[in-house]
Amino acid sequence: MTEAIQSHYKISPASNETGYRSYEAGSFRFRRDEYFVTVTWPKGEHTMAADAFMRAMMRTVAWGFFYGTLAYDPVFGTTNHYGVVDMFAGTYHPVFKENDRDHLEKFKAEDLLELFRDLVDDWTNEGYDPFAAPGEKRAGKPWGRKNGNNETAVGRIRVTANRMVGLSGDAEIRTDENGYPQNRMFKDVPSDQPLVVAEPGFENEVAAFNLYDYLSRSDVTWNPSVCSVVKESLFCPTSEEFILPVEHGNDRCEWFVQLSDEITWEVKDKETGKPRSRVVMRPGDVACMPADIRHQGYSAKRSMLLVWENASPRIPEMIQNGEAPVVAVQF
Amino acid sequence: MAEYSTVFGGLNDFTPGGVDAIDDDPKNYVFSNVFDVADKSAPYERVAVGKNLEYVIEAVRAEGQSPWYACAHDEFALCMDGEVEIHLVKPATAPVDEDSEGAVILQDAPDGRKMGRILIRRGHMALLPGGAAYRFEAGSPSVLLTQAIQGPATIERWADICQIENRSTA
Repeated sequence: MTEAIQSHYKISPASNETGYRSYEAGSFRFRRDEYFVTVTWPKGEHTMAADAFMRAMMRTVAWGFFYGTLAYDPVFGTTNHYGVVDMFAGTYHPVFKENDRDHLEKFKAEDLLELFRDLVDDWTNEGYDPFAAPGEKRAGKPWGRKNGNNETAVGRIRVTANRMVGLSGDAEIRTDENGYPQNRMFKDVPSDQPLVVAEPGFENEVAAFNLYDYLSRSDVTWNPSVCSVVKESLFCPTSEEFILPVEHGNDRCEWFVQLSDEITWEVKDKETGKPRSRVVMRPGDVACMPADIRHQGYSAKRSMLLVWENASPRIPEMIQNGEAPVVAVQF
Repeated sequence: MAEYSTVFGGLNDFTPGGVDAIDDDPKNYVFSNVFDVADKSAPYERVAVGKNLEYVIEAVRAEGQSPWYACAHDEFALCMDGEVEIHLVKPATAPVDEDSEGAVILQDAPDGRKMGRILIRRGHMALLPGGAAYRFEAGSPSVLLTQAIQGPATIERWADICQIENRSTA
């Protein structure tokens, strides 16, 4: 592990062979070819399929490193310390660790994010959408030599309502007219709107919207967006299909409410990756991921998941001081 | 080939999943089911099914008329089954301290200006605006999920609602 904040970043010109740029951050190097992404560090090298890597990297960029650890696979990933980010290889893999092949470096979050944004833009070809599930027509293909870009797909802004979706001046509801048709797997979700009768002067206080219709029109998967806010309590519902592109290593408790269909969560120990539990969630189920695990979800049919987050600025300090609860409720 | 069918579940139609602990304690996941909790609750008990420091989410069986509630800050209600009407009033005198957290039950109907009403069905989410008083009304048993802060109206009974023993999901 290197404690110093790394400041070396380099973007190399496009390869004559593949057309893709290669990237350096600290002593980590990233290159891609027609099918694979290879990450190298001083004590090792690791190869991942380009589709899995791009889906994970897209979330890393869209979520700004999110909470805790984003493990692309059992070897490579990042951990957010809120301002500073660890990038690691083998750190949470017992065999790499035992054989001294692991490596971890620290970066300023905003600097590393800037490099990753460039990487996502360069390595996403025309027609490929790393936010889409692979079964969707619009998902496109990640393979092949460099062939254009897809700025519309990778440049999406994560929806963050200030109070509630649908309020005047807040995040808009989704409709056919503003470019959000229902997903092929949610065509049966009713689009009726609530009856709202507001007395004069209370039009922006008496308000409601159809959340399920809103989610049925989401054009991304595994990308929670803020829909309602109670101080630091954020309802972040999302539509899920196929596999959560990262193993998310929690640094705090994270609640899920299954709104529709079914997701299976494979839960592992955060440090070692050893299996701990398999959690199956069906409509109405509520579960909390403890703060000492990593989890990855599988959703065969597109489903609606409510991710409930506590964005309190006190929590990073509580984590650092070991005061944040590992299990949300003791009973 | 059949069209896709989206499953939402309901008060009379739920099949919980569960925690299959391999090397773990199922209690670590605080696993419950909103419909199951509402099925076993009295009308308008606000039973916490999630707790994150001071914040809670509550499962509510909506049936008949609720008491009036007041809360200093915004809350939200998501209808997960049935149909619920919400009546909103701006009280002439604030019934709760503006710095207080969580909903309180009012003993009497508040005096004040009518703000309006909202009729929500499954999937609809309503704002319960801070500083307002509100009351729910449901003609038949329905289910709400609230986004709230733990307060006097919140009920905790985790051992009764959560999975305790291992449950094979195979």
